[in-house]
Amino acid sequence: MNLKKQFKDGLLTQNPVFVQLLGMCSCLAITTTLFNGIGMGISVLIILTCSNIVISLLRKIIPSDIRIAAYVVVIAGFVTIVDLLLQAYLNELSESLGVFIPLIVVNCIILARAESFASKNTIVASAVDGVMQGIGYTVALIAMCVIREFLGNGTFGSGIFNNGEGFRIIAEGYGALLIVLPVGGFITLGCLIAFFQWLLARFDSKKNSEVSK
Amino acid sequence: MLTNILSISLGAILIENFIFSQFLGICPFMGVSKKMDTAMGMGLAVTFVMGVASMFTWLVNEFLLIPFEIEYMQTVAYILVIAALVQFVEMFLKKSIPSLYQALGIYLPLITTNCAVLGVAVLNTQNGYNFIESVVYGVTGGLGFTLAILLFASVRERTEFAEYPKPFEGFPIALVSAGLIALAFMGFTGLKIW
Repeated sequence: MNLKKQFKDGLLTQNPVFVQLLGMCSCLAITTTLFNGIGMGISVLIILTCSNIVISLLRKIIPSDIRIAAYVVVIAGFVTIVDLLLQAYLNELSESLGVFIPLIVVNCIILARAESFASKNTIVASAVDGVMQGIGYTVALIAMCVIREFLGNGTFGSGIFNNGEGFRIIAEGYGALLIVLPVGGFITLGCLIAFFQWLLARFDSKKNSEVSK
Repeated sequence: MLTNILSISLGAILIENFIFSQFLGICPFMGVSKKMDTAMGMGLAVTFVMGVASMFTWLVNEFLLIPFEIEYMQTVAYILVIAALVQFVEMFLKKSIPSLYQALGIYLPLITTNCAVLGVAVLNTQNGYNFIESVVYGVTGGLGFTLAILLFASVRERTEFAEYPKPFEGFPIALVSAGLIALAFMGFTGLKIW
């Protein structure tokens, strides 16, 4: 087991959103305030870790013909638990995420990690993988939220800091509302992925030049 | 009744398009929009499954979940219905319309994890639609998806040959062009039928 490598994979080189391009729907739809982003990120982190553990436990019992269906049922069970908990204790978050909480079931990240990692590795490694990928996803969501909220509303951290008002950075009415609308979601994510590709390409070329020296 | 159905259809296709304003079904939208003909096949398959799934999930909700007071099992029940349905459609097509089955290929099983399908089922329940409204919403939502994916595929065929900065290669440029189409779809906001 390689903790450091898994951490780096989850956060950077195999980041679920920016590199693996998984889980786009929720990443585009709910990233309008920091509150939503953190809530969604942590929900996915918990579900991903739990389902990774259970699927890794059951990996030798589940017949491979019906494995996808079995994974989906496991995931749906955890999503239901999180959904009910959010409705009970964090109703505000549950209302603002709306339909996207039940939709975590079909979030490709969770199924992809189940298929490509948890079904082949030990329980501990799968749990760590779940946490790391979850952190990577949360960080990606937070990046999207911070950028969109700042450019669109001119605030930082609304829903969390300053009695839910957030800190105002740009004067009210001067934000580019477009960025908060669906259009802005697509364009922001496009630019962020482009930035990531540029970063990784630079990283690679540096490594290669060091090797060749 | 008729105006209600018309306004649901108009809403699902143009005003609240599943892709461009509700962000449901982005993965297949990005994944299979490189060519017009595969995009068309995917669109039609999704439309069909969304229509049938709306029908069955409504029945399951009305006659299983509500009478037994287990509405909290909604997500699990719906995803099982959808997975079974997709499997069934696949077997049916394989037996009776092999040509269509061949054309859809790998996309058919992938529809299970399309969030537009589960999304339409959950939205039907949330909006409290009756049976006919649910089916109409499912089918027209699918048509909206088809419209979006066709428009996007035709744009994408052109961006292949365009010049843009290197880091934008592949996905980013596709996302930015999808954003611009979404901007065009914003023009439908506020459209109404009397």
